Amino acid sequence: MIKISNLTKHYDHEPLIKDFHLNVVKGDVISIIGPSGSGKSTILRCVNGLENFQKGYISVNGHTIYGILEHDYNQGKNSLAIKDIRGKIGMVFQQFNLFPHMTVLNNLMVAPMHVMEIGHDEAESRAISMLKKVRLGKKAKSYPGQLSGGEQQRVAIARALAMKPEAMLFDEPTSSLDPEMIDDVLSVIRELVSEGMTTIIVTHEMRFAKNISRQVVFVEHGRIVESGSPEMIFCNPQNGRTKEFLNHFIV
Amino acid sequence: MERHFFILSIIAIALSVLLHTDNNVCTAQDTLEKIRTTGALTWGFDAQGGAPYVFTDQKHPKKLIGFEVEIAEAIAKELGVKVHYFQNEWDSILLSLQRGDFDMALNGIEITSERQQSVLFTRPYYVYSEQIVVRASDFKINTFEDLHGKRVGTLYNTVAKQMLEEMGDVKIKIYSGQVEPFKDLLDNRLDAVFIDLPIASYYAKPNPQLRLVGEPVGEGYYGIAVRKEDTRFAEELNRVIEKLLRSGEIKKICQKWGIWNLAQEKLYLHEDLLQKYAEIPPSPEKRVPLVVTTFLPTLLKGACITIGISVLSMMIAVSLGIILAIMRLYGNKWVKKLSTAYIEIYRGTPLLIQLYILYYGLPNIGITLTAFTAAILGLGMNYAAYEAEIYRAGIQAIPGGQTEAALSLGMSRRLTLKKIILPQALRITLPPITNDFISLLKDSSLVSVIALVELTKSYSILAASSMKFFQLGIITALLYFGMSYPLSLYSRRLEKKLKVL
Repeated sequence: MIKISNLTKHYDHEPLIKDFHLNVVKGDVISIIGPSGSGKSTILRCVNGLENFQKGYISVNGHTIYGILEHDYNQGKNSLAIKDIRGKIGMVFQQFNLFPHMTVLNNLMVAPMHVMEIGHDEAESRAISMLKKVRLGKKAKSYPGQLSGGEQQRVAIARALAMKPEAMLFDEPTSSLDPEMIDDVLSVIRELVSEGMTTIIVTHEMRFAKNISRQVVFVEHGRIVESGSPEMIFCNPQNGRTKEFLNHFIV
Repeated sequence: MERHFFILSIIAIALSVLLHTDNNVCTAQDTLEKIRTTGALTWGFDAQGGAPYVFTDQKHPKKLIGFEVEIAEAIAKELGVKVHYFQNEWDSILLSLQRGDFDMALNGIEITSERQQSVLFTRPYYVYSEQIVVRASDFKINTFEDLHGKRVGTLYNTVAKQMLEEMGDVKIKIYSGQVEPFKDLLDNRLDAVFIDLPIASYYAKPNPQLRLVGEPVGEGYYGIAVRKEDTRFAEELNRVIEKLLRSGEIKKICQKWGIWNLAQEKLYLHEDLLQKYAEIPPSPEKRVPLVVTTFLPTLLKGACITIGISVLSMMIAVSLGIILAIMRLYGNKWVKKLSTAYIEIYRGTPLLIQLYILYYGLPNIGITLTAFTAAILGLGMNYAAYEAEIYRAGIQAIPGGQTEAALSLGMSRRLTLKKIILPQALRITLPPITNDFISLLKDSSLVSVIALVELTKSYSILAASSMKFFQLGIITALLYFGMSYPLSLYSRRLEKKLKVL
């Protein structure tokens, strides 16, 4: 469903991602782990067209974004592809990025109404059911600033789900949360995964990654160091760097 | 709220005290004595008033010329002293005289009963009358009576203006400068100009596109104004004027400037008779004391025009400002440059000059705007530059994550801007926008240069004719405050309502 091939990005001659490959099939759950600044988030942002890249391509259900140095690069085609891809993939950010001037309900309704152009009533009932799904049905009329971090992140997940995505990208969804709120968010993600949602998650929650992933990718300096099943990566890592990195975590 | 009431009541009490005091500045030393001992006669005038009275010589920009310069010099010579020149706005010339800035005001000041209440006039040195000027191609207006229902330009605070007002149905446009009414007449913004004959003779006679029609009407006198207590000085001036008349000096000067006519023979009448002339109001005006019912409607009308101009130009400023800010933030290289250039040019040049160009400059390339349109366009386009920068700052203050979240939900750039960025930017920019609106409210007084009579202009017209600068000034200031303060209150309430939690 998602195919990342040869993805290469540099900024001012500083390589950020080098020859990244990933193949995601429907229902896949993939965790990307690695030290801070290793380019994990950048990969997700490239998939969603929030950042461009120089070489390689990203293809989602046949819609392809090319690197800007590729010979068949075409800005018009790229932006069309990005538009289609964004319609199929939901994204959740580390900083939640809820719209502070709208109620929770409106946060969930604005995109369905103006992008998918569905009616107000349908958007509202969809928003309410998504809020129930993340167990925040009672907060519909609240403003984001009135919610805790964990609640905000669950609203952000519901907001992405309201667009009925075929896949979800989670960019360190629990990194800016207090420890006691992390579980609420993780259990929502776990539930989604169990319903068969195709998921790529960048995370520092190793236990969680180990439990839900079908594949774990360890990235450092923008390169794949090691990739495989969670058992393989966490219990029997082959690469010295992977071992060293995982030693910092109690899994 | 209680505190506001408290402040307002203090202002009200202060005002009521002020309204009952008249401030007369007394000069201890006798003015004539002072002139003789210092050997200098200080003369107050406004060179901006223009030709042929007092104006700068185009060949020698530092030199002042005009028939009044020559009369003043002749008087000083007769007194055996030198002239000290004191440039003063014509609007406040009598006020400065009273303050003691100069010894005499000699600048086409008509002797009227209203002015005689605050200053002392000498015997006349010139008999003026009012003249109608039309376009040379226009044969419809031939007499004073023909001015009914027409658009007529005149100078403010003049007898000509009073005469037009008494006709009742003349659409009067009031100017400060002497050139502008003739320019508007040529640009078809006026049907006629009704103005003191010397001005008409000097500006309109040499211009083949203009024509003087009808007999001069509304004869009156220019006199030299001195402070009320300077009776000895006034007597001395009367003696000098008498002498200059008898010697033919004044006639010679007037002839040189082409403004001598038969009417001037009246200057030679017996002194007692002239004193009487000086005391008779030159036009059959009714003496109206300055009471609330006379000045308040004028000020309120001015305030309405101020509000109208401010609201409309702010609407232009806000919408054009948003467009400019978006162009500068999201446009391609050329669009960005265009927007930046607009902002820099409009911010970097005076509003006054922009207004002059819009109103008096554009007719040269065939675009003739009405004063009102020029005013709201001028103010609106100027303030748009400032608004644009406020919005740009506001938009840039919104975290990038907001745009990313919106884009990742499939929203287009335009939709993101409209639904996510601008509503949040508005909340940030509300205080500076209110700030600008309030300053625009006051800057709108600048549009009086294109002959619009708004609140400040209404005030200066009323104050100059009644000499109640102080009292009317406080009332006018209160009117401005009354317009701007509710605005700040409303903005504060809106701010609270829109506050992002």
